Amino acid sequence: MEPILKTSNLSIKFGEHKAVDNVNFEISAKHFKSIIGPNGAGKTTFFNLLSGELEPTEGDVYLKGQSLRKKSSVDRTRLGIGRSFQITNVFPNLTVLENVRLAVQSKRKVRFHMLHHFLKYKEITNEAAEILEQVLLTDKMHQVANQLSHGEKRKLEIGMLLALDTEILLLDEPTAGMSLEEVPAILDVIRSIKERGDKTILLIEHKMDMIIDLSDSIMVLFNGSLLADGTPEEIMENETVQKAYLGGLAYE
Amino acid sequence: MIKQPSLLSRSNIVYTVIVGVLIVLPFVLDSRTMTILLTQFCIFAILAMSYDILLGYTGIISFGHAMFFGIGAYTTAIMLSDFGPTVGIFAASIVVGIVLSAIISVISGALTLRLKSHFYAMFTLAISGLFLVLAEKWRTVTKGNDGFTFRAPELFRERLYFYFLVLICLVIVFILLKRIVASPFGKVLIAIRENEQRTRSLGYKTLGYKIIASVIAGVVASLAGSLYVISLRFVNTSVLTMDITLDALMMTIIGGVGTLIGPIIGAGVIEFAQHYLSGLARDYPIFERWIIFFGILYILAVIFFPRGIVGTISSSYNGWKLKKGQKKTVKLIEKEEIQQ
Repeated sequence: MEPILKTSNLSIKFGEHKAVDNVNFEISAKHFKSIIGPNGAGKTTFFNLLSGELEPTEGDVYLKGQSLRKKSSVDRTRLGIGRSFQITNVFPNLTVLENVRLAVQSKRKVRFHMLHHFLKYKEITNEAAEILEQVLLTDKMHQVANQLSHGEKRKLEIGMLLALDTEILLLDEPTAGMSLEEVPAILDVIRSIKERGDKTILLIEHKMDMIIDLSDSIMVLFNGSLLADGTPEEIMENETVQKAYLGGLAYE
Repeated sequence: MIKQPSLLSRSNIVYTVIVGVLIVLPFVLDSRTMTILLTQFCIFAILAMSYDILLGYTGIISFGHAMFFGIGAYTTAIMLSDFGPTVGIFAASIVVGIVLSAIISVISGALTLRLKSHFYAMFTLAISGLFLVLAEKWRTVTKGNDGFTFRAPELFRERLYFYFLVLICLVIVFILLKRIVASPFGKVLIAIRENEQRTRSLGYKTLGYKIIASVIAGVVASLAGSLYVISLRFVNTSVLTMDITLDALMMTIIGGVGTLIGPIIGAGVIEFAQHYLSGLARDYPIFERWIIFFGILYILAVIFFPRGIVGTISSSYNGWKLKKGQKKTVKLIEKEEIQQ
């Protein structure tokens, strides 16, 4: 089966530093793959290359066999690669509902309509409200986003991503900075997306129990290079990976 | 529960009252000077609203907005002086001004709106500077710095009729812009103002939205320019100077950015304050330097009311409503506790 997303020799250099170095990766449709690696391993940079926020210095990204070299981040979202951000990245002065509605609006291609009041587009508002229910934010619907707790903002991020309804979801540390009490709610949301079985998910995380619980496969990045790729069991037993995590491997 | 827009909302009632007052005011004041002042106020309110689309809704700071005001002003003045002072020519000149402004805003927007905000601001300043130089040097058409007088259509020589025309334009522009900012398109503009990179990651090509916003702002500013020269029956290069842009900027900031009604109130405050402060100079020589007082007023307004008049009032009102709601909740809890 042809992978839905793959990279070939994907690399990016910042000066002399290779943040992502010759990564060949692939993921098949409806698969859940996690990316792990110590801080500075190039995980978020790798996501930025997939989503088009950064241009590779070498190599390319392919979506269903089609090169994405000349595709901007906007084009890639429209083609089906949606992402959430490690640092919460919502519209701070808009309400929670407005945040999600913008994503639904984009998915439904209601972009340059300027002659009708937005509330006339009831289906957009209703869909946004349904998504807020899925991410457990219905009671905060009319609150301004910057009044939300960190955990709630992360839920909103996932809500916006779900609203885009892209085939591929790139989740960049969705539990980063959360208190222990807040994590299970996000975990439930991600698990329910996985159980629906219609999305291809790439997850960057540090919480190993969460990764092992959710992932079909895990890839390990170290110093920008792909260190290992396999099932959770294979990765847990891999000595090189253990060394990388326990500090046995030196950073270059 | 998601509220649907209501025709009888509190803000719609306030808008209707304001329009009612503006209709009655010239009859109550019954002075030619006041009618002229009210006309100027309405024209600058249109200009300030157009600036609010850029600054308040899309988060774009432009220092070249006077360019579009000037295009409208010169188009109307030149066409009326060359083809005769009729209402038809005046209407045609508005259309020509609007088309020219739209073309120029698309070209300048496509060239410059990719730039980061401060670079964009400097580029707009440069482009409008070019238009100012062009107007100064192209003497055969513009008569340079000295400008020229022309005859306005017969109908508008009656100041009151012209005032009502300008007021109708103000109301139509307000309704149209209000509709645009409340539309799905307007919501994307607001998203760009809030977080452009995030808007892009949701699949919106933000450059196109910014160009359309600048076209809308340019077209409305051009209409304001066309009306402005009819009220003066004279045009010179002052319509293209930075002063016009700064006036629009200050009216928007003082009234409240991102509100549309704010710039109208800001235009009212500034136009009337300018009129009365300069009038005071007759009795108190210190007010001959009224512009200095105005500068102080600006600084104080920006320090103490950064959200402008409308922004400050609406945030105080929301705060009061929130407190009222909290008090009500506390009372309900107390009542329940007593009952238990």
